[in-house]
Amino acid sequence: MKNFEYFAPETTEEAIRLLDEHGEAAKPLAGGTDLLIFMRDQKITPDVIVDLKGINALSGIEELPDGSVQFGSLTPMQDLAVHPMMRERYPHFISSIREVGSIQVRNLATVGGNICNASPAADTPPTLLTLNAQVRLAGPRGERVIPLREFFVGPGQTALERDEVLTHVILPSPQPRSGGCYIKLANRQAMDIAFVGVSSYVVLDEDHTVVDARIALGAVAPTPLRVDAAETILQGQQLTKEVLSEAGEAAEAASRPITDHRASVEYRRMMVKVLTRRAVLRAAEKARNGNGR
Amino acid sequence: MANQKEERHVISRRGFLKGMGTGAVATAILPELPSQSVEAEETTQEITEATITLHINGKDHKLTVEPRTTLLSALRDRLELTGTKQVCDRGTCGGCTVIVDGRTVYACMTLAIDMEGKNIRTIEGLAAGDELHPVQEAFIEKDALMCGFCTPGFVMSVAALLEGNPDPSLDEVKEGVSGNMCRCGTYPRVFEAALAAAQQMRGA
Repeated sequence: MKNFEYFAPETTEEAIRLLDEHGEAAKPLAGGTDLLIFMRDQKITPDVIVDLKGINALSGIEELPDGSVQFGSLTPMQDLAVHPMMRERYPHFISSIREVGSIQVRNLATVGGNICNASPAADTPPTLLTLNAQVRLAGPRGERVIPLREFFVGPGQTALERDEVLTHVILPSPQPRSGGCYIKLANRQAMDIAFVGVSSYVVLDEDHTVVDARIALGAVAPTPLRVDAAETILQGQQLTKEVLSEAGEAAEAASRPITDHRASVEYRRMMVKVLTRRAVLRAAEKARNGNGR
Repeated sequence: MANQKEERHVISRRGFLKGMGTGAVATAILPELPSQSVEAEETTQEITEATITLHINGKDHKLTVEPRTTLLSALRDRLELTGTKQVCDRGTCGGCTVIVDGRTVYACMTLAIDMEGKNIRTIEGLAAGDELHPVQEAFIEKDALMCGFCTPGFVMSVAALLEGNPDPSLDEVKEGVSGNMCRCGTYPRVFEAALAAAQQMRGA
């Protein structure tokens, strides 16, 4: 690993000032489970590391007055995974977190880092997209809140300016009669990267008609991807086999996977179709049971 | 030590600078100009070392590290605590698992400079004198190792699991060690040892 200058600011303002001051030479450090490996491999060689872990304001979980939940971008994944309110309200987000790496990784890794690293195959972004998550960004020009949907630009590329810090993630309150599901297809159950990830969130009415459906894909496009076309197909429908198949096909059509050593384009596309159907069905089951978003 | 002197200057200059992985230029000018900000340090790759104190297995260890020094390297190369194994050195195998503030982490994925003030436990600190930890006893009893290279990591993962969950199910044990790899494939014995240790510790 190339050596670097290390700063550990205690406030977001100091972090922003350091990032501003050092420009391209600086990289913010969160959990480090991706960044330190990239640095070890010399894929990234920053001259300056701005360690955000010492900024207390970036950790913690709170309920906002409108019922949504805001958590700090530096909150370790494991803290979210064991948090009773998070488990109760956002179980499919928690199950997505539990797909990340291993316990040792989740004890260090942060959702903010997972988002900002912008790996197309990351486990938490698809589910955050289905929850209509927003991200709070702070920079020298002030603060802005944008939908997570607008955050991802390309592999490793985001809407975050070089001198900005992603400070918080905001999750709207889940609706009644809603259910969610994240399915990760990988070789191993731990320490593996998804071939395909599909996340779903479904709201039903009392007749089990779909009031709202949200589907997001991971590992099959340059960015995590919401699939509007598939969602529209489900809207206002009973979840029959035909409707589910149609939605699966729409998701497949929207996917733009690549072939790599993990899986081929053909296999990934086929699995998008299958797993979209499955994820929607499982989400709907949970919505019907009324206890498992 | 020169480094300590420099550290004081840097910290007084900027309260937010922890440790001081500053450039050689900074090293040269800081003692003379403690109130100046350091703007030109990127011009050199030569980086000084930082003096930090690591609290490991109940003892404080003072050492100088570079900002890039991982906790794993500090433990093995500087403090000769070689029970923590370096295998993949990229956060995938679990051989370097240590417990920091009650949680398992990969020592290869953490910077030593970031570990100041934390309670670090390694395999060397598990036994109480000559008396092995129940997890260590159980690994011996159940013959839960072949080549043994992954064993310290597994033992630390199991020890941390049992501290948080004294009565784990088999599935919980499997999840608890899912971040550790054993290329000899001794997993079933590891699971047995973990469950036996849990029973032993509950009964004790």
